[in-house]
Amino acid sequence: VKIPLSWLREYVTLPAKITAEQIAAAFVKVGFEVEGIDYQGRDLTGPVLVGKVLSIEELTGHKKPIRYVGLDLGEKKTRFVICGASNFKVNDLVVVAVPGAVLPGDFKISARQTYERLSDGMICSAKELGISDDHAGIIVLAEGKIGSDAISLLDIKDVVFDIAVNPDRGYAMSVRGLARELAGSLRCKYVDPADIKITKKLDAIKSSKAVSVKIEDKSGADAIYIRTFEKVNVKRPTPLWMQRRIEKCGMRSISLAVDITNYVMLELGQPLHAFDADLISGGLRVARANKFSKLTTLDKVERKLAPDNLLICDGKSALALAGTMGGLASEVSGKTTRIALEAAHFDPLSIARNSRFHMLSSEASRRIERNTDPVLAQVASARAGRLLIELAGAKYLGTAQAGSPIKKRKVKISIAQISKFIGYNYSTKQVKDALSLIGCKVAGGGSLLNVEVPTWRPDLISSADFSEEIARINGYELIPARLPVGKGGAGLSALQIRKRQIATMLASQGFSEVINSPFVSQEMVDLLGFTGDRAKSFRIANPMSEEFPLLRTHLIPGLLTTLNRNIGRGGKDLAIFEIGTVFRNTTPLGKAVNPAIDKRPSAKVVSDIYAGVPKQMLFVGGAVAGEKTLSNWQGSGENFIWSDAIAKAVEIVEATGNEFEIVSSDLAPWHPGRCAELRVGGKPIAHAGELHPRVIAALNLPPRTCVFAVILSELPVAKTIRAPRIWNLPATVQDVALVVKKDITADQLQRALRAGAGELLESVTLFDRYDQIGDGKVSLAFTLSFRAADRTLTADEVGRYRDAAVAQAGKECGAILRS
Amino acid sequence: MSLEQGQIESDLAKALKAIAATADLDGLKQIKIDYIGDKSPLAKANQALASVDPASRANFGKLIGSARAQVNQEFEKKSAELANLRDSQVLLTERVDVTLPGRRTLKGGLHPLTILTNEISDLFIGLGYKVAEGPELESEWLNFDALNIPADHPARTMQDTFFVQPLEAKLVLRTHTSPVQIRTMLDHKPPLYVICPGKTYRADELDATHTPVFHQVEGLVVDEGITMADLKGTLDYFAKSIFGDEVTTRLRPSFFPFTEPSAEVDVFFNGRWIEWGGCGMVNEKVLIACGVDTKKYTGFAFGMGLERTLMVKHGITDMHDIVEGDVRFTQSFGVGKK
Repeated sequence: VKIPLSWLREYVTLPAKITAEQIAAAFVKVGFEVEGIDYQGRDLTGPVLVGKVLSIEELTGHKKPIRYVGLDLGEKKTRFVICGASNFKVNDLVVVAVPGAVLPGDFKISARQTYERLSDGMICSAKELGISDDHAGIIVLAEGKIGSDAISLLDIKDVVFDIAVNPDRGYAMSVRGLARELAGSLRCKYVDPADIKITKKLDAIKSSKAVSVKIEDKSGADAIYIRTFEKVNVKRPTPLWMQRRIEKCGMRSISLAVDITNYVMLELGQPLHAFDADLISGGLRVARANKFSKLTTLDKVERKLAPDNLLICDGKSALALAGTMGGLASEVSGKTTRIALEAAHFDPLSIARNSRFHMLSSEASRRIERNTDPVLAQVASARAGRLLIELAGAKYLGTAQAGSPIKKRKVKISIAQISKFIGYNYSTKQVKDALSLIGCKVAGGGSLLNVEVPTWRPDLISSADFSEEIARINGYELIPARLPVGKGGAGLSALQIRKRQIATMLASQGFSEVINSPFVSQEMVDLLGFTGDRAKSFRIANPMSEEFPLLRTHLIPGLLTTLNRNIGRGGKDLAIFEIGTVFRNTTPLGKAVNPAIDKRPSAKVVSDIYAGVPKQMLFVGGAVAGEKTLSNWQGSGENFIWSDAIAKAVEIVEATGNEFEIVSSDLAPWHPGRCAELRVGGKPIAHAGELHPRVIAALNLPPRTCVFAVILSELPVAKTIRAPRIWNLPATVQDVALVVKKDITADQLQRALRAGAGELLESVTLFDRYDQIGDGKVSLAFTLSFRAADRTLTADEVGRYRDAAVAQAGKECGAILRS
Repeated sequence: MSLEQGQIESDLAKALKAIAATADLDGLKQIKIDYIGDKSPLAKANQALASVDPASRANFGKLIGSARAQVNQEFEKKSAELANLRDSQVLLTERVDVTLPGRRTLKGGLHPLTILTNEISDLFIGLGYKVAEGPELESEWLNFDALNIPADHPARTMQDTFFVQPLEAKLVLRTHTSPVQIRTMLDHKPPLYVICPGKTYRADELDATHTPVFHQVEGLVVDEGITMADLKGTLDYFAKSIFGDEVTTRLRPSFFPFTEPSAEVDVFFNGRWIEWGGCGMVNEKVLIACGVDTKKYTGFAFGMGLERTLMVKHGITDMHDIVEGDVRFTQSFGVGKK
């Protein structure tokens, strides 16, 4: 909310020399963030005077209308100025900056020759004076003494604070509330403007001509006052002081009756609404919409009503969206003479629903949904009524009231408990002072205080609520600092360690970690050819962009998008990886459980809540393109190829300590002949290889772009490693070249050799592959290395093991020794 | 053959002179033959010892032995000298430009958010905390209701939530990592010391300071006698560890539905106050919803945006750099630098 210092000063006795910055700091100290300080008129110096238009000469032949205006500034001679605005006429009162004045933006006014005339000053718009953005025309005053100082008349020199009010402090969306907070923070004297005495003489009169009221839905409001006036002169101008205050608070002056309701709302925090009483049929009712289906609000929008919308109705129709916005049909107009002024204590949730349902957030609804002081329905309507009488010549007819009387709430609070909770020993005086400053009445002097809670603070219930107030008003800086330590932590979990290990491994090997957007387009899903679980995306109901409404089921879409972004910026040799969650809509979703929070839900309910949340897997994925070892002066580098992506997936699975099997796969979006599937315990856990050329072409990626993806969260946690014995005797090696059909994989052959070679086999390494022997066959050459614990193996013995290995390869894979 | 002292001395002098005069290793080979080998005068003199009068044999023996030793010594010395000379000449021709770059593989790096998350996790593990994680697609009850943010409460609209279809399943992309706190309290008994780092989502347009997908770290402590002083001390320690020992923190009163009292925590860094995060004492209503015995336990909680922390710490001026995955950004952080 925006609030001028001049208005605050009316209710807080501030030190004379206090600066705006000190006031802002005082607000911040008690929890009110100051989002802006506007020093209005700081760079404006006079003379800026009230002038009366005596003559207007229209100068023609220019691009825009230009007037040469004769002005009476209470000087001996008529002063003439050039003016480009035309929203004024002879006898109007205007604001004139005369030579010597400096307007905001260091705009010095001097007499000058222009349009072949001498312009001896300037007629000002609100924008030129720095008091609003309105530059539609110059200011035309409704009142003012000719030749008097317009800067003080318009009360320009002021400081306007823009203050963020938290949702639990509805009372502070007013001069009344913020003045109290400021007084509390600075320990200054405060006077409450919501004085019940205002209501005197306004409640007493009863008249059959006054509009009646009923609360038909007690869940919607617990108090309402309707005050009726006649002979209201709505055409009278709003006095300048009121108009200016409304403007400083960031609202517009509209008409006297509306301005009065807004003014009182800004001052006290109670939204009010003025109905044209002659347009009300019968009495007013607070009721749910039910059968009423339509209402055109003041903003001229015809709104379709929901049955539970809270309304102000009369006997025939819906008149206003309660606490949110009035209706057009019963609006106060130029013809209005009788006004019914409504002020109510509405249920915050009902108004929040009104506002949310119609996507209509008004000054009124913002205040009511944060809760208003129930006392104000009576007091604020009386204050507004008095202003109607005083400023619009209204005659009071009477007041109708409905609802229950306001109950005073009393609680007991323990100073010891509060001190223990905050960690600072507050004295009785500190506690009592703080509570008094926020408006509580405090009795008792021991450790247990009897506190009467102010009506505007329904949020103060528990000991913690009072603790906050006491800590806040005394200052959070009083609280000491202490560092608590847990009772022995268990460190990172196995999955957390794995995540770090894999990330560090990849980063050390030249991969750059990226964090991609999880929002995916249907087009991408279709292009990548995702089927099965990977096609079961969750859809976001309110996506940032309609183009990307799906949650990722896989990391590849994001990786390819990011790869392309890097290429677009000139990147050529790229290796990126991401570790992240994927979302798959694969399990039936039950109906959500929403237990009350007044106690812990039962074990059954908790497990239902957990079961309602789909399982989300953690993936690591990567994409590579270009060179893995870079070209330099020594010659060309080496490109990433399919086997690099597969090796990366292999290294990741190995790093988790899991045994795996590797098979050929044709899973999209990989190249159907260049994709490896890694299986752990028979379950597919990773895919890697070259992308399908169709995908590469569609996304304009570099040829032979390769990707890998491993489901980190599905890999079992390895058991504690059993250390191998390291034997020192020399190893004996034997090379074998085997010819097999092309569809036999290196992995199959290697497994067969291992199975046949016996337990002294230490390692099998593929060192050559030759595919030019024809006949659909290929030769694979392996080095078998053998070692024994207790002896150096002879060539003879090792030869037998080799033969056994070859025999097994022959049996399993049809391999024959290459001659 | 007779031996003469003068002859031996003369042979020695000749040999030494010849060695001194030799300029290369080839010449030295001839010297070896001429003055050290079997046919050299001194070798021959040595062979002649046998026929010398036994009375003077010992003297001649000494004389010849000393002369041969002297020649050998000078020879070795010269030989080493010349070998060194040759080596240094050869190596000189093999000299290279050592500033020529070697074969490089790609430069990698961890995303700075990962580095920061690890740093924070390690910091709190050192204080006896656990690192708790939870699902990003979360139930509304855990994300809102259990945190005392009822439906229709203005606080619920403070956070622009992504809702996921079907709406009746009441699933949202979590707007904070606080549901992990709720899960921790539902699943474990106090004392609880956890931090919850993770990805969070709010429907904010991507600009220089906002991103719809961001990261938070939250902390939760529930134990006997936990006070706001504990919260203050923990945040101070946290801030100093991340931003440096010279920073100070302050708490400003604020509002969150899940804490009472609530505060904003600011850090005084590089000469100005920076809004860092929110915190407070866990609202009794939240503890009750999670079945914590509020007569025995109190707790505090705090939460910070990791992107914001990163921006302040490393002087990052545009959020785009953090989210766009440009490898040049990641590479500058390596596998973790302070």
